[in-house]
Amino acid sequence: MATTTIERPSRRWLGAGLLGAWSRRGAQERADARLGLLLATPAIVTILLIAIIPLAQTIQDSLFQISLRFENAPRPFVGLGNYLSALSDDSWFNALRVTGVVAGASVAAELVLGMIIALLINRSFRGRGIVRASVLVPWALTTVVSAKMWAWIYDGRYGIVNDLLLRAGVIDQPIIFLVRPEVTIWAMVAAEIWKTTPFMALLLLAGLQLIPHELYEAAALDGASRWQAFWRVTLPMLKPTILVALLFRTIDAVRMFDLPRVLTNGGPGKSTETVVLYTYNTFFTALNFGYGSTLAVMIFLIVTLISFVFIKVLGTPTQGARR
Amino acid sequence: MTAPAETAGAPTTAAAYARREQAKPYEGVGFYAFVVGFVVFCLAPFVWTFLTSLKGPTTIYDVPIRYLPSPPDLVNYRDIFALERFRWALLNSTIVASSATAISLVIGSLCAYAIARLNFPFKNLLLALVLAIAMFPGIAIIGPLFREFNAWGLTNNYLALILPNVTFTLPICIWTLTAFFSDLPSELEDSARVDGCTRMQAFYKIMVPLAAPGVFTAAILLFIQAWNEFLFARTFMSQPNRLTATVAIAQFEGADISAQYPWGQITAASIVITLPLVVLVLLFQRRIISGLTAGAVKG
Repeated sequence: MATTTIERPSRRWLGAGLLGAWSRRGAQERADARLGLLLATPAIVTILLIAIIPLAQTIQDSLFQISLRFENAPRPFVGLGNYLSALSDDSWFNALRVTGVVAGASVAAELVLGMIIALLINRSFRGRGIVRASVLVPWALTTVVSAKMWAWIYDGRYGIVNDLLLRAGVIDQPIIFLVRPEVTIWAMVAAEIWKTTPFMALLLLAGLQLIPHELYEAAALDGASRWQAFWRVTLPMLKPTILVALLFRTIDAVRMFDLPRVLTNGGPGKSTETVVLYTYNTFFTALNFGYGSTLAVMIFLIVTLISFVFIKVLGTPTQGARR
Repeated sequence: MTAPAETAGAPTTAAAYARREQAKPYEGVGFYAFVVGFVVFCLAPFVWTFLTSLKGPTTIYDVPIRYLPSPPDLVNYRDIFALERFRWALLNSTIVASSATAISLVIGSLCAYAIARLNFPFKNLLLALVLAIAMFPGIAIIGPLFREFNAWGLTNNYLALILPNVTFTLPICIWTLTAFFSDLPSELEDSARVDGCTRMQAFYKIMVPLAAPGVFTAAILLFIQAWNEFLFARTFMSQPNRLTATVAIAQFEGADISAQYPWGQITAASIVITLPLVVLVLLFQRRIISGLTAGAVKG
């Protein structure tokens, strides 16, 4: 577009030779635009069919009372009735609280731990390859498998955590980790932190390596201590990376389903039931597709709100995380 | 670079600081203790699962725990491979994850090429859409997809898992490949077109072969994501022989339901299911890390 407006005047005073060049150029641009749209079409159609249209359907379903329990049950329109029900649904607010605690605690811990790890391994040393490979193991590991692994590690009789604590004399009775609500939620947070901290460290490390060394030399010349250099140079330079990492980790934590489903199934009671798990159970255990859709729409809105806030801070509205 | 410490009149703190900086690469004992601690932190749960999987039914429930299997016993691995459901689960996961990866690569590479090289209308809208899919909560579409797939008879059909997996792997595919295509010099393509190639020929004959490392990196990332998928797999597959590995292990009851919860078999199955991923990670760690972080930090 920009080229067209710049070159349009040349048509008037530079004669027929350039006129030909311009129209060829314009034709080329139009051909590129057509080809670009054509090449992007399969991706756009896939996204529309599998994500956007079903999302619209979910929004529509959220306005009806739909139970799949009985075939041919009436499906009355209830307007915003389901949303009003959610406002007085203790289970929903419990799930919101659980999700908030788990997401807040795990993302905060991941950021601090990941930052410490990244700062310490941001240098060349022997054995870097081993560190890099082992960082990727928790990241690549199937979440369901990691949940099973932690269930075994936390086991009340045969778990190795109890074994180590007993041998060290920290406790004299095994802790039944997955039965006491006030313990279980933190056991789950610990498993989540284990799985995702290494990846956070990796992202932050990549960001650290982009900071020009001259900045630290200048800071040192000005008499800055290492601590000051961290606050005045490292953190501001790392801010975009931190924000991107926080955005994706926070959204992942809000969408958490596999870990609570397999490690605790939301229990004991509802003490580890996250919003997605509660919504899933509303769909497929209670078979209440109307109310389930309402909860699903609210999760979508929460995710949208969080990403909107982050992207506002990031300041790149359409390009987001990547270039 | 020449040492600021030698500059006349430089503050002594700066001089000391500069000397500390130059002491890199640092090889102190404390540093390596930290590195070893970190590696142990990352690997310990996995190693413990592996050790457990090698214990026979008599030693696995010993209290106090015996850390090393003595002697190592492959009985758990024999038991799980004797289970038809488990063999099916591995096959199902392989089919779903590889098909989703292949389809996503084709769709994603076309789209990524367009984004990297061509100017077309609504490009920013497309980028926003891709970003939105990366953050999309699967739960927000699971109801309609479940009902539609039921209505079309797609339940227990591989397509029911392949389609959502393609959709949700597209963002990583498009980001990784756009970064790779943008880094390739456009002169190569231009000269091919001067020689009479159409844009599409230039894409297939020049860009795709050159971007092979990028396509390969993307393939690894997509495969891992699709292999680990649980929410849709659990919802759209119900027949015992159609479950994927993630669902099979979540619902694992073991060969003998009357026995104690079969931790030996669970841990053996865990190792088998994650083995492909760990092998990929060990072989291609550099590629994976560059693919994962390139886009995120270039912001």
